[in-house]
Amino acid sequence: MAKLNIVQAINSALKNEMKRNSDVVLLGEDIGRDGGVFRVTEGLLEIFGPERVIDTPLAELGIIGSAIGMAAYGLKPVAEIQFMAFSYAGLEQIFSHAGRIRSRSRGRFTCPIVVRMPYGIGIKAPELHSESAEALFCHMPGIKVVVPSSPYNAKGLLTSALRDPDPVIFLEPSRLYRSIKTDVPDEDYAIPLGKAAIYQEGKDITVVAWGAMLHRAAEASAGFDAEIIDLMTLKPFDEEAILNSVRKTGRLVIAHEATRSGGLGAEIAALVAEEAVMHLKAPVIRVAGPEAVTPMAKLEDAYMPQIDRIRKAFATVMEF
Amino acid sequence: MPISIIDEFKIRRLEVLDESGEADAELMPPFDGNEIKKIFERIILARTFNQRALSLQREGRLGTYASILGQEASQVGSAIAFEQSDWIFPSFRETGVLLALGYPAWQLFRYWSGDERGMSAPDGLNIFPMSVPVGSQIPHATGTAMAMKIRGAKSASAVYFGDGASSRGDFHEALNLAGVFKAPAVFLCQNNQWAISVPRHLQTAAKTIAQRAFGYGIEGIQVDGNDVFAVYRATKDALNRAKSGQGATLIECFTYRLDDHTTSDDSSRYRSAEEVEEWKKKEPLIRLRLFMKKKGLWTQAYEDGVAGNALSEIDKAISQAENYPPPDKADIIRFTNARLTLRQKKELKTLGWEK
Ligand SMILES: Cc1ncc(C[n+]2csc(CCOP(=O)(O)OP(=O)(O)O)c2C)c(N)n1
Ligand SMILES: [Mg+2]
Repeated sequence: MAKLNIVQAINSALKNEMKRNSDVVLLGEDIGRDGGVFRVTEGLLEIFGPERVIDTPLAELGIIGSAIGMAAYGLKPVAEIQFMAFSYAGLEQIFSHAGRIRSRSRGRFTCPIVVRMPYGIGIKAPELHSESAEALFCHMPGIKVVVPSSPYNAKGLLTSALRDPDPVIFLEPSRLYRSIKTDVPDEDYAIPLGKAAIYQEGKDITVVAWGAMLHRAAEASAGFDAEIIDLMTLKPFDEEAILNSVRKTGRLVIAHEATRSGGLGAEIAALVAEEAVMHLKAPVIRVAGPEAVTPMAKLEDAYMPQIDRIRKAFATVMEF
Repeated sequence: MPISIIDEFKIRRLEVLDESGEADAELMPPFDGNEIKKIFERIILARTFNQRALSLQREGRLGTYASILGQEASQVGSAIAFEQSDWIFPSFRETGVLLALGYPAWQLFRYWSGDERGMSAPDGLNIFPMSVPVGSQIPHATGTAMAMKIRGAKSASAVYFGDGASSRGDFHEALNLAGVFKAPAVFLCQNNQWAISVPRHLQTAAKTIAQRAFGYGIEGIQVDGNDVFAVYRATKDALNRAKSGQGATLIECFTYRLDDHTTSDDSSRYRSAEEVEEWKKKEPLIRLRLFMKKKGLWTQAYEDGVAGNALSEIDKAISQAENYPPPDKADIIRFTNARLTLRQKKELKTLGWEK
């Protein structure tokens, strides 16, 4: 057991699984010699060599598209995209091929790839290094979407992703990469996909969040009896965990940094409206980014839901 | 039937000014002494901005910054070939281009400090905001060039990008469209030998980037990117071709990124100090100085004066940028659409950004 941050925990998951399964190969820009722009793959080239840790040309479509071909042939490719916005050129590959090949070939071909990428706002990075477009991936069928919130669950969730038979988009909250350290076992362990975790138990308000926003929601809950659900898998998300909690608390607040319009919060709110509306004591509130592009550094704090906005939502559902 | 050769290509490399400061008399563009001094002064200005930006970043006064050290000849030499009506699509490593085109230095500092207002080019300068997704700006230049053709304008459109960007699909599609439509476009690749840690030979198995033009039926040329006269000449020729209806050109400026990729990078992890030292000997200012000295255009006192002026101009720009009022939160929403949606109007109120 060692105290690791998320960067180290992901590195540990990759290393263990590469030792266990010789089909696992990594590909991406600067992941070999440089160890990745966030150093997530540091040291792996030295252990596994250039055939399994592949520094690619600057070509996101090519990285994701070729991962699909490798997977079809039997490898287990793990593509790294340097920042979420740079995956956009590869979306055709993800949406039109990775998510469909099993269905189109009626199971004859599959696409067990993992695409890892940092996402989210809050590190004062340059333009387009702070996107939070998770809902985009969740919307398209055939693809799983996972977001860790701690070093411990980062390792366990990635290990599951690396053993999943279908494509998994693994979104790493860049704001948390080095900001939290927890105990992480050296040996490998898997946290099942599709299951949420109760981060904090409570009676009055169900709060659903993921990634960096989870910690902000937890901080905001001081003085409220809030049950905080760490969603962890965004697609398919744990409907039972949410419904069970809402049936108990009667109140729901969803916090995400992504723009509110068409965000994942809408899907969660709709689920509760369909399945548990009679249990609600107050309208559902989404605390989310405004309908605008993610701003550059000077305005990013204003864009991202702050503690006071989340507390205001808690107060509103309590007073209703 | 025997196999026959149906086409062949040759790749030209243009050099005008050698490392000892000797210029090829035939290829030398017709600059007079004052014009040459002005080029020198623009390079010094770009370098001064660059140095100041790097130190401001270390002091926490700027965000991540991408240095242009070593690439000034590629940037200034190409920029001075444009006319006012041409359009420019820069990447994020184009300080020298932007300053040479008259983009206000204080606006550039605002951009690098994380303020969108720095991207609003002054009226009359057709310069798009610098593009962060590598290579994604290349098709824009093709489109603008096609529009110029449709309108019958005697202008051209140019795009800057790196060796890494040439690996993206955007590059392929943009050059292909430009070839098909004979668009008046100039594709300026600054091959600085590195894309973060990935060396040029891992971007393409082709010997040069210039030769890739051949596959699109457009013109391609490699130039010594540390030779400001060669870069100018190649750019001017490409612009002339474009404006006289002969279509697009890909120019590969063969240069070198002397600094780390950005202030967040540590290039000692992936390249040797010896390699950098070798390229330092070829940096563009050394040979320009030698050339000017031979022509009686350079003295140390002259350079000291130029450097002093550049520093005060840049420092003035820094205080202008830093003393400007901070951005208005409402701007996050305000510029999203021509007409705000109902939801956006509500958000402005509920967030308390607009009364
Ligand atoms: C689409 C995309 N992928 C990755 C990145 C991250 N990144 C920024 S610059 C860079 C290397 C660019 O190399 P090159 O095109 O040679 O330009 P240079 O930085 O050398 O000027 C990378 C990988 C990005 N900004 N955009
Ligand atoms: Mg480069």
